[in-house]
Amino acid sequence: MDETTNSVGLALPRRAHFDTSLPLEGGAVLPSFDLVYETYGELNAARSNAVLVCHALSGNHHVAGWHADNPKNIGWWDNLVGPGKPLDTRKFFVVGVNNLGGCYGSTGPVTINPATGKPWGADFPVIVVEDCVASQAHLADRLGIESWAAVIGGSLGGMQALEWTLAYPERIRHALVIAAAPKLTAQNIAFNEVARQAILTDPDFHGGHYYEHGVVPARGLRLARMLGHITYLSDDQMAEKFGRKLRREALQYSYEVDFEIESYLRYQGDKFAGFFDANTYLITTKALDYFDPAGRYGGDLPAALARARAKFLVVSFSTDWRFAPERSREIVYGLVHNGLDASYAEIESSAGHDSFLLDDPRYHAVLRTYFEGIRT
Amino acid sequence: MTNVQGRFDFNVIADWIRPGEKVLDLGCGDGSLLRYLKDEKGVRGYGVDNDPDNVLACIGNGVNVVQIDLEAGLSGFEDGFFDHVVMSLSLQTVRHTEQMLAEMLRVGREAVVSFPNFGHSSHREAIAAGHMPVSKSLPYQWYNTPNVRFFTMADFEELCAVLGIAIRERVAFEGERLVTADPNLNASIAAYRLGRGG
Repeated sequence: MDETTNSVGLALPRRAHFDTSLPLEGGAVLPSFDLVYETYGELNAARSNAVLVCHALSGNHHVAGWHADNPKNIGWWDNLVGPGKPLDTRKFFVVGVNNLGGCYGSTGPVTINPATGKPWGADFPVIVVEDCVASQAHLADRLGIESWAAVIGGSLGGMQALEWTLAYPERIRHALVIAAAPKLTAQNIAFNEVARQAILTDPDFHGGHYYEHGVVPARGLRLARMLGHITYLSDDQMAEKFGRKLRREALQYSYEVDFEIESYLRYQGDKFAGFFDANTYLITTKALDYFDPAGRYGGDLPAALARARAKFLVVSFSTDWRFAPERSREIVYGLVHNGLDASYAEIESSAGHDSFLLDDPRYHAVLRTYFEGIRT
Repeated sequence: MTNVQGRFDFNVIADWIRPGEKVLDLGCGDGSLLRYLKDEKGVRGYGVDNDPDNVLACIGNGVNVVQIDLEAGLSGFEDGFFDHVVMSLSLQTVRHTEQMLAEMLRVGREAVVSFPNFGHSSHREAIAAGHMPVSKSLPYQWYNTPNVRFFTMADFEELCAVLGIAIRERVAFEGERLVTADPNLNASIAAYRLGRGG
């Protein structure tokens, strides 16, 4: 812990192996599984100060600090988590975990299927939000955490925080559901489907068993990421950041890069395709599409939320059109219906869906204040 | 009556609310009324405010707050869900007065409103002297006031009659002193407990 930089400092990824079978929502059963995780701060004697951080599509267990082998690899939510930061590691014991089905060490398509001795690839079952949360409950058991002081997440991570309150109402005291939704809209599913089709139709996909061919469906993954990036930003922010700025002085009259936005998207796509696993991308978009806790209640979200016992903070961002404020408000009204303690902040921000990762002062003040009010 | 943070109308409002009720406070500010109602009466309360500073203050006060624009309506809240819907010193800042009162009585069994009485003698004197009133209850200049509707107790009661809203109780005061004689002239703040008429 480094007090001068408010960083948690060196972060140590750990692996937890679970020799228990995990039945999945889709009907498959994982005979055993691993979860890779990091922790920051100290678990108190009462074990009452633990906070779980759930990640979104491309995130992982490395939430804060840096890794010994690469000091430049700063955690994805380092601006939030650390000593003196809004999620203060002097008060809380913070846990970051790579989702089941992920590609950062937790059991997923890139890990070895014990039945075949080869990577799971496309044979890895579709993992949904409920499965991620069930696996996280095993990790909580392992760490001796009977109940989380809070579970926090943005986007898919926010869905997991919400699911925690429904699957394990007695094991979570506060849920911070950020830039999330109680279910995706048709438009949102449509974007995910285009991303999946980009991957599935890449000749290098090989039905998901590309590992054996020594290739990756980089073109598909790149397109998927480019599309995603467009939807995570707002029109305003893109206009402000890129406008019609040209990469070179004159138009090329070719299909080379003309505009800065093209260059940006290509760069982001290439970077992502260089490290992320396409099968994990497919699985994770399905997890997003399938999440619909009200589904079992005939679409009645308030009825679905009746099981929850936690207190809630719901946060959305004004220019987030992928997970629009209206979707967050649906959650809030469902919580109010059940008389649950809930607050809702709609943050004015130009950065679209990506806002939840940024350190907007008002946004962070809301989170800081909420965390300060949590008794441990 | 217990004094809540120097807001005399809070005491009146608190007296109209029974322990354990469900309360919605529109334009809840920093949440001090809800905090008081929660601590003293075990009320299950939610505040509504659209000012980010107020939302932050409510969270700091441990009060539930929902950040929405009141003018956009209360459509997310269910019919008759709340025992009381409170609007403390904010009705004059709302443009669509009729719709707001209708919405309050849709989502609440009763509504409680308090507002500055523009008919107060000092305000009449200011107008008579050729100026818009500026006073303790109307502390703004005409060019920077958040108030968009200017009405007296008499005006408000007429509107209630037109809209079929029942006035169940009325309290008027000047500073912390209750006013019973000609309140439309002598009171600077009025508070009403309202129900659906008929």
